[in-house]
Amino acid sequence: MTSVPHRPPAAARAVDLRKVYGSGQSEVHALAGVTVDLDAGKFTAIMGPSGSGKSTLMHCLAALDTPTSGTIEVDGTGLAGLNDKALTALRRDRIGFVFQAFNLIPTLTAKENILLPLDLAGAKVDQDWFDTVVDAVGLRDRLGHRPSEMSGGQQQRVACARALASKPSIVFADEPTGNLDSTSGAEVLSFLRRSVDEFGQTVVMVTHDAVAASYCDRVIFLADGQVVDEITDPDREQILEHMTALQTRAAG
Amino acid sequence: MFRLTLRNLLARKLRLVMSGLSIVLGVAFLSGVLVFSNGLSTTFDGIIYGSTPDGVVRAKDFAEFDAGYSGTPKNVVTPETIAELEELPEVDRADGDVAGFGMSLLASDGTLVGGTGAPTLAFNYHDGPNMDGGDILELDSGRWPESDQEIVLDTGAAENGEYELGDEVQLLAPYGEIEQTATLVGTAEFNGGGTAGATLLIFSTEGAQRLFLDGKDVFNRVSLTAAEGVSQEELRDAAAEVIPEDLEAVTGDKVADESEAAIGEFLGIIKIFLIVFAAIAVLVGGFIILNTFSILVAQRSRELALMRALGAARDQVTRSVLLEALVLSFLASTIGIGLGLLLSRGLASIFRAIGLDISSAALDLTVGTVVISYVVGVAVTMVAAYLPSRRAGRVAPVAAMRAEAPQAPAPLGRRAAIGGALLLVGAALVAWGVAGAPGPDAIWVGIGGVVWIITVAVISPIIGKPVLVGCRALFSRVFGAPGRLAGENALRDARRTGATASALMIGLALVSTIGVLAASMNKSIDDLVDEEFTADYLVQSVNFVPFSTSVGDDLADVNGVSVLSRQQYVGAKIDGETEFVAANDERFNDIYDLDVVEGTTDVQGAEAFVADEYADELGVGIGDPIELTFPGGKKLELEIVGIVKPSEVTAWVSFPLDQVEQAGLARQDTSISILLEDGADAETVKNDLDDAASDVPIVAVYDKEEFSDSIRDQVNQLLYMIYGLLALAIIIAVFGIVNTLGLSVIERTREVGLLRAIGMSRSRLRRMITLESVAIALLGAVLGLGLGLVVGVSLRETLKEDLSSLALPFTQLVVFLAIAVVVGVLAAVVPSIRASRMNVLEAIAEE
Ligand SMILES: Nc1ncnc2c1ncn2[C@@H]1O[C@H](COP(=O)(O)OP(=O)(O)OP(=O)(O)O)[C@@H](O)[C@H]1O
Ligand SMILES: [Mg+2]
Repeated sequence: MTSVPHRPPAAARAVDLRKVYGSGQSEVHALAGVTVDLDAGKFTAIMGPSGSGKSTLMHCLAALDTPTSGTIEVDGTGLAGLNDKALTALRRDRIGFVFQAFNLIPTLTAKENILLPLDLAGAKVDQDWFDTVVDAVGLRDRLGHRPSEMSGGQQQRVACARALASKPSIVFADEPTGNLDSTSGAEVLSFLRRSVDEFGQTVVMVTHDAVAASYCDRVIFLADGQVVDEITDPDREQILEHMTALQTRAAG
Repeated sequence: MFRLTLRNLLARKLRLVMSGLSIVLGVAFLSGVLVFSNGLSTTFDGIIYGSTPDGVVRAKDFAEFDAGYSGTPKNVVTPETIAELEELPEVDRADGDVAGFGMSLLASDGTLVGGTGAPTLAFNYHDGPNMDGGDILELDSGRWPESDQEIVLDTGAAENGEYELGDEVQLLAPYGEIEQTATLVGTAEFNGGGTAGATLLIFSTEGAQRLFLDGKDVFNRVSLTAAEGVSQEELRDAAAEVIPEDLEAVTGDKVADESEAAIGEFLGIIKIFLIVFAAIAVLVGGFIILNTFSILVAQRSRELALMRALGAARDQVTRSVLLEALVLSFLASTIGIGLGLLLSRGLASIFRAIGLDISSAALDLTVGTVVISYVVGVAVTMVAAYLPSRRAGRVAPVAAMRAEAPQAPAPLGRRAAIGGALLLVGAALVAWGVAGAPGPDAIWVGIGGVVWIITVAVISPIIGKPVLVGCRALFSRVFGAPGRLAGENALRDARRTGATASALMIGLALVSTIGVLAASMNKSIDDLVDEEFTADYLVQSVNFVPFSTSVGDDLADVNGVSVLSRQQYVGAKIDGETEFVAANDERFNDIYDLDVVEGTTDVQGAEAFVADEYADELGVGIGDPIELTFPGGKKLELEIVGIVKPSEVTAWVSFPLDQVEQAGLARQDTSISILLEDGADAETVKNDLDDAASDVPIVAVYDKEEFSDSIRDQVNQLLYMIYGLLALAIIIAVFGIVNTLGLSVIERTREVGLLRAIGMSRSRLRRMITLESVAIALLGAVLGLGLGLVVGVSLRETLKEDLSSLALPFTQLVVFLAIAVVVGVLAAVVPSIRASRMNVLEAIAEE
């Protein structure tokens, strides 16, 4: 891991990131020194066994959580020392999110949900970009619907569209397909893939699913709060192999 | 199940406190009012029984005239009669009483002591005991008066007047020489403590006779003390044998009953008045409890479903919710009762300020108060929790398996239909009242209004929608995304928003009803004064007590006065009922031009003119006699020579002023009307008149504007008191909003987390919640003020006779709308801070 070639520009970067929960006996090192560069214009997957620190890493990178030590840069901005206001602005303007579930405000329509970060920023809506995104997720006829009137897959696609609407530097997705069947999952994943290929978006996704990871350009493996492995341009078999290896190692 | 219930209660301490608070406040108000009412009764009972002897000999018909406004009877008991009474074997002792009304006490700085509230009682001291054998009065310091130049004051009056023993006390006599002085030789109180705010002027018998009975050695009344083993009845019967024709003997119990009845009516009004407000507070509290429990049940539906899935029966679930309500209501009522005790002291100090002094010793919890408070507190809570508990029982076990809390509010169609029907029923009642239903019209409108208020409270989710949609549009335009979201949040659970707003609506509906009536009353007073009071100046005492005729003599001497007319109002019994009648001098007609229906207002000697309504009521007309019985038992038979339209410038029955002496009453003035000379400078004359009247602080000279102001002041004083009491209902409603918002924020934890994650700043989050709160408050305000306006206008319509002009208090309405916004902002403070402190990650992780 020491000789990661320097490939600027990185959309987000973590150096020796540590996150400790609790203290004394119950101390948990959710992140035990993670150094990683997430390349701009790439689709990166983070994989690893349950409890390996994937979500924690993502939350730290996405300015939702503060690490115990280590430095983070998003789009060239160091997060250390930023106050809540600055972090909020950073999240709003330069980061997009897709969570596993409950991504949308139930009182707002699909369109309003997509435009909410722009609304909050008081930014003007780039109509062309909005149309592009909406057409890409294929939800034009659903824009007036509320979340309760949409399927889980549609809801996740709305969430993806929202994440992209403000043209963020980087999009984080924590198991975006975890609650979906394979067809809906595929729709969401191909949309994320297209956003990288066609719009040059940077996407980082946590997943347990080898198929999902196979959409990515690069897979980073975490175990016990550390980066233990990575592969580029993987296919499903390769990923499964690496996962099995990881599990054997953990078991042995 | 019980353990689980308790666990639930304890696990949600904050919610417990919040929902308990509305019960606490409602019960506190109720028990405070009850304690205060009891204190009122105790205080007056103590004074009445403590100051009444075994038996009384008095002028016939005296009892009907209890206060000084009705005039002081001049007929008397002679010392011979008293001596005869004393010789009876049934009589242990007989003490002559002298009582005078209309005397006022001035403080050492010349201002009036006692003011407007409680009466000033002047009487002679003797040591005759009360019916229990105890002293009637207790000396606090000094000694009792001996010479006719000495006085004893009640301790409070001496303090207020800043008099020390040995000081010359300044008094204003009701007739004869106005300014009097006497040396303060002692201070006293009623046995049993206090005077309930009354001012006591205690003279020696000679002193009282000099002041009130022209110095003759006679009395108004005799206090009898029974000999050992003689009952009150035996005493009365024995006394009746020896007294002259125009006197009567009565038992002490009867006198006490009469006093109780006279005061009881007044106290009854105060009590009912307070209890109405307590009921409003409890009703508002009930709404909040209903709402809180509904929200709690909705939030816990997954947990409840799990219990059902694990085998809990439907009514077990229902019962667990009811049990929770029971425990909560019991705790809250207990705190409420304690708080009520404090509140009663607050009420007492408010009433003390207006002259009704209830000693705090009398303010104590009785078993009755405690029981009523518990019963009401628990019952209201249980009733309010019943519907939510039923709903809890109906939660389907499969709901436990659903990812999201079930959000399928039943359609409001049925509610709308029933509500619509009830609104029509209310409208029918109001229309019937306005159209002149049998009985007092206002009652019908009142009932209709209550039906409306309750119906609107129930259907507020439906009829309030336009208001909320308006708020959403306004907020999203002004505040952008947070405003939009706030509007949506207020709209998302219309029932919840409606029920929360309803609590505020009830208070504000009453506020605006009262506001319309008060504004109309003020306008009516202005119009009336303009129209009817054709005098340039009116001279009256602050509290309409009669004053010495020498005031008028001085005023008549002022340069620039062309006509001065005197009036004396006295109480008289006509056809068995006591009425105020007016004795007007001959210049009355030079100033006032009454609307004559028939005959003339020019009355001479034993003639009278009567208002048409009253003539109809009595069934009399021109040429008929009318008999007036006065305090002291003298009668006047007058011939009706005129019928007029009712007017505020005179009473229903008016007769010549010179008849007052014939009626056996002392001549005093109650009202003096003055016309300016042509070309006289109004300002100079007014100043001169003020100067001439300045010796007598209870008397004031009013020009028209001042006169309507002085009436308006009294109206407004009452108005502010009502607003003050309604403020409590509004405060309870504010807690309701805090509660709903707090619970909603907890419910929407994940949403709040999401908003924060995608970039909503803390301050905007706070603004969002504040705006939702403002939307709720505005909904309550718009519905309440609107409804109150309609009810107020309808009520005014039925009260047209007294409230001749309609006025709408627009400024006040705007102020109340603004207050509602402030209320909304304040209610959101705690919930919004809590929401903005929420940790983003934890909020997202929340299940
Ligand atoms: N708030 C917290 N307090 C204490 N420990 C925590 C907290 N959040 C996470 N952890 C611990 O940190 C470690 C990493 O958690 P994290 O949620 O990052 O795992 P993950 O890789 O996302 O797992 P999964 O695949 O199950 O989502 C775990 O051992 C977890 O127990
Ligand atoms: Mg995770």
